[in-house]
Amino acid sequence: MSTSVVLNQAVKRYGEVEVIHGIDLNIDPGEFTVFVGPSGCGKSTLLRMIAGLEPISGGDLLIDGARMNEVPAAKRGIAMVFQSYALYPHMSVYQNLAFGLETAKVPKAEIQQRVAQAAEILRIEPLLKRKPKQLSGGQRQRVAIGRAIVREPKIFLFDEPLSNLDAELRVQMRVEIAKLHKDLGNTMIYVTHDQVEAMTMADKIVVLQAGIIEQVGAPLDLYNNPKNRFVAGFIGSPKMNFLDATVQGSDAAGAKLRAGGSDIVVQRKIATGDKVTFGVRPEHIALSEAAGVKLAEVKVDLVEQLGGQTMVYATTDDSQPLIIAVDGQRQVDLGSRLTTYVDPARYHVFGADGRAI
Amino acid sequence: MTAQSISASARIKGGAVGSSIWSRAWENHAPGYLFLLPWFIGFFGLTIGPIITSLYLSFTHFDLLTAPRWAGLDNYIRMFTNDRNFVASMRVTMFFVIFSVPLKLAFALGVALLLNRGMRGLPLYRALFYLPSLLGASVAIAILWRQIFAGDGLVNQFLALFGIVGPSWISNPNYSLWTLIVLSIWQFGSPMIIFLAGLRSIPQDMYEAASLEGASKWRVFWKITLPMLTPVVFFNAIIQTIEGFKSFTPAFIISGGTGSPINSTLFYTLYLYNEAFSFFRMGYASALAWVLLAIVAVFTAFSFFTSKFWVHYDD
Repeated sequence: MSTSVVLNQAVKRYGEVEVIHGIDLNIDPGEFTVFVGPSGCGKSTLLRMIAGLEPISGGDLLIDGARMNEVPAAKRGIAMVFQSYALYPHMSVYQNLAFGLETAKVPKAEIQQRVAQAAEILRIEPLLKRKPKQLSGGQRQRVAIGRAIVREPKIFLFDEPLSNLDAELRVQMRVEIAKLHKDLGNTMIYVTHDQVEAMTMADKIVVLQAGIIEQVGAPLDLYNNPKNRFVAGFIGSPKMNFLDATVQGSDAAGAKLRAGGSDIVVQRKIATGDKVTFGVRPEHIALSEAAGVKLAEVKVDLVEQLGGQTMVYATTDDSQPLIIAVDGQRQVDLGSRLTTYVDPARYHVFGADGRAI
Repeated sequence: MTAQSISASARIKGGAVGSSIWSRAWENHAPGYLFLLPWFIGFFGLTIGPIITSLYLSFTHFDLLTAPRWAGLDNYIRMFTNDRNFVASMRVTMFFVIFSVPLKLAFALGVALLLNRGMRGLPLYRALFYLPSLLGASVAIAILWRQIFAGDGLVNQFLALFGIVGPSWISNPNYSLWTLIVLSIWQFGSPMIIFLAGLRSIPQDMYEAASLEGASKWRVFWKITLPMLTPVVFFNAIIQTIEGFKSFTPAFIISGGTGSPINSTLFYTLYLYNEAFSFFRMGYASALAWVLLAIVAVFTAFSFFTSKFWVHYDD
């Protein structure tokens, strides 16, 4: 049975310094929730508060409705996979997996059965007698996950578990963790600074910055409807283009912005003279008129051929950088001038305070 | 550059064709060797020279006043067949090493564990606890130790407060060696500092993983801290054992250089010293020194052999 996690006005202070500022969050049973944000945003601290590794300075942590603030880490029904794997180097893989169960005085036969089961799920049966130093990065990661699985926890916590792996292995392990979640159905909370991991694995993404939640939602919800400029810039790769713009005029049809050296009419109610930011993702900019309304004339600075996509790095007439992602292999000359277009349904406008308008 | 000019420049750089590797090394690195000269003089004149000389002397009879007389294996044969003091000194030294090293390491580890709990003023405590290591083997401290453990010393004065009449710890052969063992344990600073560094290098993640798994402090110590610390334990054990075998000053001062009472503090090095500088049997003393070296070497080799069964290295 899956477990819910609720944070009510959760605060974390180190002495006088408050690093988590009253966070409210509901994680539904069985949900795969990803905490994402830049370094120092408090995502790992929040995870450690849930784990019981950091005392909660204020507010409440509820697991399945029960307040857990003062409950020791070992009694919260939680297992955690660490960034460093935290495998005991002097123990074999089997001993690493069995350590928690031996601590809990589980009968030997049951330990053997549970370790064997976890090893089968993670395909590490041939590695059980090896020491961690005899394993590759991916194998160590599997053992670390196995150590969590054998304890049959209510909640799995992952603290940037893939950050020590190479790019290929990361993709592979990402898929495996997602599959594991599907198979086990437990509540999982996963911390990463990699928004691609967040987008591909999460049921729910929590975007954090400087100890506060910027936005919570499903991956595509955050991608399509970011609440503010920070979320818009953080979610999506390559990141969203932001053009400084001034409102030239406003009427019932919308507001006319001057951005990138061109005039763009947007379907928003904004006062004339306001300074705003016009945001558009590189993949939503096109080079043909059929794609939408005209955005700006640009000069091409750099072209990257990625095979399936062509990345064009350009500069607008008012010297603002603009990245364009064009599908397929497109021949674009350096220094040439291009006219760019944007789908009116896929741009974003942010006010001076960063909030989406 | 033509082939001829390359060949000519190679000859100039390489020195005369056919010259020895030594002369070429000298030509290329003469300033470096000149800078190293003081060290070479010290190393060959004061270290290697005496070592080789002592090996030679161990096969001679030599009284410092007359030329050494070749004795073959006589010194070694006498040592192993006809020298009760050799056996006594070996027994005392072994007893000292067997008890002082584990006790000192255990004490040092205990203090390191306390200091590792992140207390205020840690650098001050660290310095204070390290101080005995700097002073402990000195003559002054040995004299102080003699005063503390004498019949009317501080220990007995303290015991008298509770109506206990203590023995003369130094004069009584049952206790004299133990006072030296206690003095040795008191010099726990050096291994303590190394243990502290070792404890600091154990990743915090390991402890956090163990705490999530509900491990008690006792279990964490035995199952995580101690195994993770075994490389440091191994290092400290080797160093302290060698120190133990070499221990000299405290026994010399406390026993007045005799190893008394009844040879109970006749350390191997003290016996060696007496043979050399009291009885002027330099040849025999040299043989004793080489046997000590062999014992330490065998012990160290044995320790390295067993280390693969109990010392855990990470990567």
